[in-house]
Amino acid sequence: MPFSSEQESRHLAHRHRKAKIFALFCAAITWSCVLLLGVLLYQVSIDGFKWLDWQFISSFPSRFPERAGIKSALVGTIWLISLVAVFSIPVGVSTALYLEEFAGRGKLAKIIEVNIANLAGVPSIVYGILGLAIFVRYFALERSLVSGALTMSLLILPVIIIASREAIKTVPLSIRNAAYSLGATKWQTTWSHVLPASFPGIMTGVILALSRAIGETAPLIMIGALTFVAFLPEGPMDSFTAMPIQIYNWVSRPQQDFHELAAAGIIVLLAVLLIMNATAIFIRNKTERRLK
Amino acid sequence: MTEELQNDPANSRWESGPTVGRSIKKSGVRWGEFAIKSWLASCSFISIVTTVAIVFLLVRETLKFFESVSPGDFFFGTTWTPLFQPSAFGVLPLVWGTMIVTIGAAIIAIPTGLASAIYLSEYAPDKVRRTIKPVLELLAGIPTVVYGYFALTFVTPALRNIFPDIQVFNALSASIVVGIMVLPMIATMSDNALRAVPISLRQGAYALGATSYEVTTRVVVPAGLSGVMASFLLAISRAIGETMAVSLAAGQTPNMSLSMFESIQTMTSYIVQVSLGDTPSGGVAYQTLFAVATLLFAITLVINIISQLILNRFREVYD
Repeated sequence: MPFSSEQESRHLAHRHRKAKIFALFCAAITWSCVLLLGVLLYQVSIDGFKWLDWQFISSFPSRFPERAGIKSALVGTIWLISLVAVFSIPVGVSTALYLEEFAGRGKLAKIIEVNIANLAGVPSIVYGILGLAIFVRYFALERSLVSGALTMSLLILPVIIIASREAIKTVPLSIRNAAYSLGATKWQTTWSHVLPASFPGIMTGVILALSRAIGETAPLIMIGALTFVAFLPEGPMDSFTAMPIQIYNWVSRPQQDFHELAAAGIIVLLAVLLIMNATAIFIRNKTERRLK
Repeated sequence: MTEELQNDPANSRWESGPTVGRSIKKSGVRWGEFAIKSWLASCSFISIVTTVAIVFLLVRETLKFFESVSPGDFFFGTTWTPLFQPSAFGVLPLVWGTMIVTIGAAIIAIPTGLASAIYLSEYAPDKVRRTIKPVLELLAGIPTVVYGYFALTFVTPALRNIFPDIQVFNALSASIVVGIMVLPMIATMSDNALRAVPISLRQGAYALGATSYEVTTRVVVPAGLSGVMASFLLAISRAIGETMAVSLAAGQTPNMSLSMFESIQTMTSYIVQVSLGDTPSGGVAYQTLFAVATLLFAITLVINIISQLILNRFREVYD
């Protein structure tokens, strides 16, 4: 026998101790990630809250920190996101419907699918360069809201398409078959059965995609959204700034006061994102209950 | 829609009741259906057009760039000073900067991300898992410019307390925040991969007397390895393409220093630096944007494709 029974039980105890330490180690790492999020949020609120008041929301940017505000950036972001929603939602959902309901399993559908998966992994700054060359320069849309919104739409389209397809996939085949058996055409089935049934899932994906667009900075810097805008855009062809760009501008200044302004801006940005994410979760929970 | 149904001759026949011997052949071309289907198809072609546009644009401008700068100088040159005289177009310092930040981020994010995934899928009670996962997703949704703020106001000052000779802009701070940024992605994707490993495999190993550590490291992780590796690669590709946090934290000094304490410049932060200035259209400086972007696009594309291949090829399929 290679082991005496005493050695064996010591070996066993050692193995179990190792397992216990490993479990504790993994738990500790996970919880420290959560703690880290807490620390970061705490840090931002400590820095930013004293600047966060109505004056901050309702003022234009300024060289003097005590007069500076986020008004033009906030309005710019609202403009931008509305336009992005108008451009990207119809196209994204249509693509998802085509791929799931109409395209079949042919070679073309496969190519489009792989292509979309690859587009989802392209760095955002490359989309920025695309926007700069195509929308700003080639179509001469200048550094306008439209250029920004079109660029952003291309960026989030893969996200919307992938999420919408997942939602459409969850609609049971029996619902489609019921519609077909009553004589409905393919589009009638899609429009009045598949789309309503997958609507909540699509909405969740769309909201998450839009919240990604709100936080994106690099493509907007590429297409040349301005960093100092003391006016409000009045139409889609006006130049603009957006919240992440304003924050970037404040962070990149050396003065402490501007860093604290950036923190205040981050609080506003995170609040907007949190509201959007909460809406998405709310929709998801509500529909889960309805489908049961 | 209902109006359309009633006007459709195929449906109006039903009002007088079914006629005997009526043909059940398809009733001609439905132009409305055809138009809608064409619209949907053309929407899905936008994604193809986008890809073609990206590739065409990058290649065209890069070829123009190579008319004035030889590819050898670009790929193997070790000095990057395109914006002032004497200009040099060696891209290696930018690639080096990107590599340093990415490797640093991977060293931080891969072990911690995998450990979190193991905790979530193997050890955490269901209730804990349901709270932590949304928190991780929230962490993943924080805009990158916010991580840049954390790097400058939180990480760098903390590092300066430990290492007094570290520069204000440094690669280490950038690595740390990029690591924190991609960590939730590794954790949630790997968690999904590990949870897809069937419970029977674990039960089999436990039945042979293995401890939870042995089950996890020798059965569950190897079985879910394709998903875990794919998450690592996607995180690395995301770290390479990361822009705002890196350009805020690591500064704008292209060099090939081995030290993490010095300011460097990545490919992405060079692109931002040029576009923040007033870029002249058509000049060599403008073309460097495309040359660097092409390199960036090619690197991330290759990594993404490898990760998809790993997912498809090496996936262990269980019932």
